[in-house]
Amino acid sequence: MDSRILLMIAVCIAVPAALIGYIVLTEQFLRLVPERFRPRVRPWLWLAPTFLFLLVFLVYPTIATLLRSFQDEAGKAFVGFDNYAWFFTNPGTLSTLKNNVLWVIVTPLLCVGFGLLIAVLVDRVRYEPAAKSVIFLPLAISMVAAAVIWRFMFQYQPPGEPQTGTLNAAAGLAGAGPFPWLTMQTLSFNTILLIIVMAWMWTGFAMVILSAGLKGISPELMEAARVDGASELQVFRRIVLPLLLPTLAVVTTTIVIVALKTFDIVYVMTNGNYDTDVIANRMIKEMFTNGNFGRASAIAMVLLIAIIPIMALNVQRFRAQEALR
Amino acid sequence: MTAQAPSVPALGATAAPSARRRPRWVGRLPLHLAIVGLAVLWLVPTIGLLVNSLRPAADIASSGWWTAIFSPAQWTLDNYVAVLNQSDIGPAFVNSIIISVPATIIPVLVASFAAYAFAWMEFPFRNALAVAVVGFLVVPLQVTFIPMLQLLGPKGFGIIGSFLAVWLAHTAYGLPFAVFLLRNYMAELPREVFESAALDGASPVTSFLRLALPMSVPVIAALAIFQFLFVWNDLLVAFVYLGLAAPDNLPLTVVIANLVNSVGGGWELLGPAAFISMALPLVVFFTLQRYFVRGIVGGSVKG
Repeated sequence: MDSRILLMIAVCIAVPAALIGYIVLTEQFLRLVPERFRPRVRPWLWLAPTFLFLLVFLVYPTIATLLRSFQDEAGKAFVGFDNYAWFFTNPGTLSTLKNNVLWVIVTPLLCVGFGLLIAVLVDRVRYEPAAKSVIFLPLAISMVAAAVIWRFMFQYQPPGEPQTGTLNAAAGLAGAGPFPWLTMQTLSFNTILLIIVMAWMWTGFAMVILSAGLKGISPELMEAARVDGASELQVFRRIVLPLLLPTLAVVTTTIVIVALKTFDIVYVMTNGNYDTDVIANRMIKEMFTNGNFGRASAIAMVLLIAIIPIMALNVQRFRAQEALR
Repeated sequence: MTAQAPSVPALGATAAPSARRRPRWVGRLPLHLAIVGLAVLWLVPTIGLLVNSLRPAADIASSGWWTAIFSPAQWTLDNYVAVLNQSDIGPAFVNSIIISVPATIIPVLVASFAAYAFAWMEFPFRNALAVAVVGFLVVPLQVTFIPMLQLLGPKGFGIIGSFLAVWLAHTAYGLPFAVFLLRNYMAELPREVFESAALDGASPVTSFLRLALPMSVPVIAALAIFQFLFVWNDLLVAFVYLGLAAPDNLPLTVVIANLVNSVGGGWELLGPAAFISMALPLVVFFTLQRYFVRGIVGGSVKG
């Protein structure tokens, strides 16, 4: 057998054994500590492995990236805000910013719109679980696989050749096209097409959570409104929607974060060509292709700063939940 | 919303007498059509590539997949055999497993210690640290790459390109969510159980191993499935920690992304490659769907 598989099996046995051994040994170690101090020392021993990982892989590099973003390409001199000034004045990077704004607005709109529609519809039929599975399925596969699947949807052959891509064949049936979908830059049409791929994946997420929220609304309440003569649309707008608002907020923030961090789909489908680049992909390019760590760091910080408001919202929501405990 | 209106008479107690004359399913037909239509819309992209991956290469270039959908006699596994024998896909599948299994087990175990401490121990700054974990949930990994490449690179620890580097990275990046999900669950376990165990002289280690862990099996299963699929489907972390240094250690996602860049429209290669990478996630999805949904929903809704 491949020696690397043996290594993996060894790691899967040895590391958990070592971790359990560590936790058991903490009690032995605590015997050396005066009894009244033990409850104060113990939690830190339990938290130590997690904090070690977080400090090395998240806290330290975030601070280092912040510092690096104020340095030049070689990392020898401090250049103040030059890297940020470059990011916010260069047409190429400004277009990534524009595209990310589109991603952040359109992705949640599509996911929440379709997610809510499907959740409301399937709530009324007996094959609800099967229908939901179909919509949820894309979330289980990688964005790379989704991108391959959709590259095939958007496939384009010059006019006259057989159109084997699904969308161009459909367009052909309607007497239109063929369209070079992914290179159609007018009004950022191709970016919208990439967003559709993400929405195809994440609508299932919105649907599952919104569906759970819908089922939490008391049927008596809706029935009472119907008895009072409210139309189905009125019941939805005046009762369902307001009660669903907190759930909608949760779904929207989660998808906004996903949209903001978009990388895989753009990388595989266009690699940012034809004016479809996004911040996360641009950062990787600046880092690996151009080797400018100063600018790459500044781009990464822009991404972090854009996420901070959502982080604050999440923390606020977490605190509110904790207060209810 | 148009599909809703006809279903009102069937649902409400106020059904008009006229609605009773025609059978119930006629009124509900638009509803069924809407649902089936949406389901087909969601399935077509996947089915198109799946059918195409089963067709001979010459057919793929000359006609569309829909021409073959009702003639399974033409279908063949040749493309799959070719991809597994001739490309990096076979070794990459093994690499994906070597990366994903330890990168699932280790963070779940490490996080369970921290989650137990957060849930059942008192210590200063407990709430502030829990808030920090919630904050770390959404930090874009991009802010960590450059310093980590330098720290683990040839001039540092020299482990960039090794499985060890991705295992450690995935463990760290997976911990905030793992701690968050496990802590929420463990904190809801009944207090009396732990109190009476403590009165009987059980140490926190015993309580953790004999009570907290076994009682948390459902959420641990959900978390493990989520983390496994997250690592299996990851492109970015593998790309950065392995990508340029170790072409032999790359997982499926990176190999397929490279394949797209090099062959572009070679669908007799890309289709099978994509479905080989999807095989495991799809099996997990269909067998353990309940846990998977719980895991992915747990990040945003209190678990």
